[in-house]
Amino acid sequence: MISIDKIQETAEILMDKAAIEIPQDYLDGLKAQASVEDGDLSSFVLQAMLENYEAAKEDRRAMCGDTGTPRWYVKMGNETQIEGGPIALEAALRRATANATNGVPLRPNRVHPLWRTDHDNNVGIGAPEIEYGYEPGGEWIDLITVHKGGLFGTDYRMLFPSDGIQGIKRFYLDCLVAFGKRGLACQPAIIGIGLGGCKDTCMVLGKRAACLRVVGSKNSDPKIAELEDELKELGNSIGMGAMGFVGKSMVVDAHIEVGYCHTGGMQMSVHAFCLSSRRAVARIFSDGRVEYRTDPDWFTDYQRRETVEWEMPQKSAQYA
Amino acid sequence: MGNAPKVRTIRLSTTPTPEALAELRLGDVVYLDGLIYTAREGVYMRALEDKANIPMELPTESAANFHCSPAARINDDGSYELGAVTATASFRFSKWIGEWMAKSGAKLIIGKGGMSAQDYKDHFVPNGAIYLTTVGYGTGALLGRGVKRVKTVHWNKELGLAQAMWVLEVDNMGPFIVESDLQGNSLFERENAKVSENLAKVYEGTKPAVLKRFGETDDKSDEMIG
Repeated sequence: MISIDKIQETAEILMDKAAIEIPQDYLDGLKAQASVEDGDLSSFVLQAMLENYEAAKEDRRAMCGDTGTPRWYVKMGNETQIEGGPIALEAALRRATANATNGVPLRPNRVHPLWRTDHDNNVGIGAPEIEYGYEPGGEWIDLITVHKGGLFGTDYRMLFPSDGIQGIKRFYLDCLVAFGKRGLACQPAIIGIGLGGCKDTCMVLGKRAACLRVVGSKNSDPKIAELEDELKELGNSIGMGAMGFVGKSMVVDAHIEVGYCHTGGMQMSVHAFCLSSRRAVARIFSDGRVEYRTDPDWFTDYQRRETVEWEMPQKSAQYA
Repeated sequence: MGNAPKVRTIRLSTTPTPEALAELRLGDVVYLDGLIYTAREGVYMRALEDKANIPMELPTESAANFHCSPAARINDDGSYELGAVTATASFRFSKWIGEWMAKSGAKLIIGKGGMSAQDYKDHFVPNGAIYLTTVGYGTGALLGRGVKRVKTVHWNKELGLAQAMWVLEVDNMGPFIVESDLQGNSLFERENAKVSENLAKVYEGTKPAVLKRFGETDDKSDEMIG
């Protein structure tokens, strides 16, 4: 049984970490780009961002004034039980979101879409989003919070098999060029690409590819991994850098996730996780232990399974 | 790491003289001193459409309008806690900017991504104003450091914290980059034009989607704001 108080307490710490501490994988990726950037203005911007991450950590203040739209991804081992059940879990995450909005402080971004009502705590109808995943074996819960910026850099298009890889590249470039102008996408970004699924799952896959995979990770399908490399290079060859200035730092990494789709279609979504790629993760065990990390490790073999049955593998021991 | 960026750095008052503004060149890096206030769609609608009285002396107190909402809270005792500050994209406020400038006398519009060449020509040039863009985007912690204190917050009850009019006392706050000058030239447009020269080559071999969309353009040099 996982303690509900421990869940809320951990969730509040995660909200704080996500807003303030840039994940190391993104930081390393950005430094690598800064070291080869030769556009004067783009270089200046990247240096300012690197100083900004330091300032945020030193002062314990949010790295960006737009603290995004905080959301939760929750994953559990198959044997996990939560004190008070799923309703208590959701209440704890909503409380943590509200408390941290006030505590860090974050910007209370969330408002009603029509009446613009603001509860000043990032909680409202459907907010924060809470999504779930499960893994075979183990009694633990992973809390992952992502504070993604919300306005620019994302698009969806229904492509078809006849569009092919060249059609994928076209739509990818369209998104980067369109949202990259004037730096609206707050690049260099982790670009997540969803391929297939249905329209909604395609968007979910692309968003998760951007937000739940670390810089440097590869898709487990070697051919998709190759396409990821190719798209990263293509994005950085546009000639556009930070803020849309002349440069070559557009894509810190490109991640693709796929889902089976309608036989006639090839849905595609593109998402940009910005210069403030905010994510924080903790695993809570039933004995009260908490392990903090920045890699959500969401896309396991189980999440990408394509068979009807799932053999409970020996490797489930790693989750014990 | 990186190359020493070749930029010129300038300190500027938030009630700048016309001479100080005339000095600025596109791409200059600016740090601000004085009072700035946040105003975006909420404040514009309340002041311009609902005709509410603007609760400050503008532009004597401040001629610097920041398109921003801070990550901040108002404590129960009425004091403020302000963490990070960054801008929001300005092009969305085009419909109000002319009337706002006439009413507020703003000389510095500070935000994300600049505004259109048309806005500069129609509103900025005649009012002797320039546009400063934030950097990154998202040097929220650095900008937050430049805020000495929150002087006051107006209309937070009516508009909520994110849309309220925050009045900030700033000292060496920055960095910002000069995006438009007194002649209405735009740094973003200049950079877009350079980037566009390379686009045909990058797109080589790709093909347009088999299913089109209404209003789709294939001219990649088009500006996306308007």
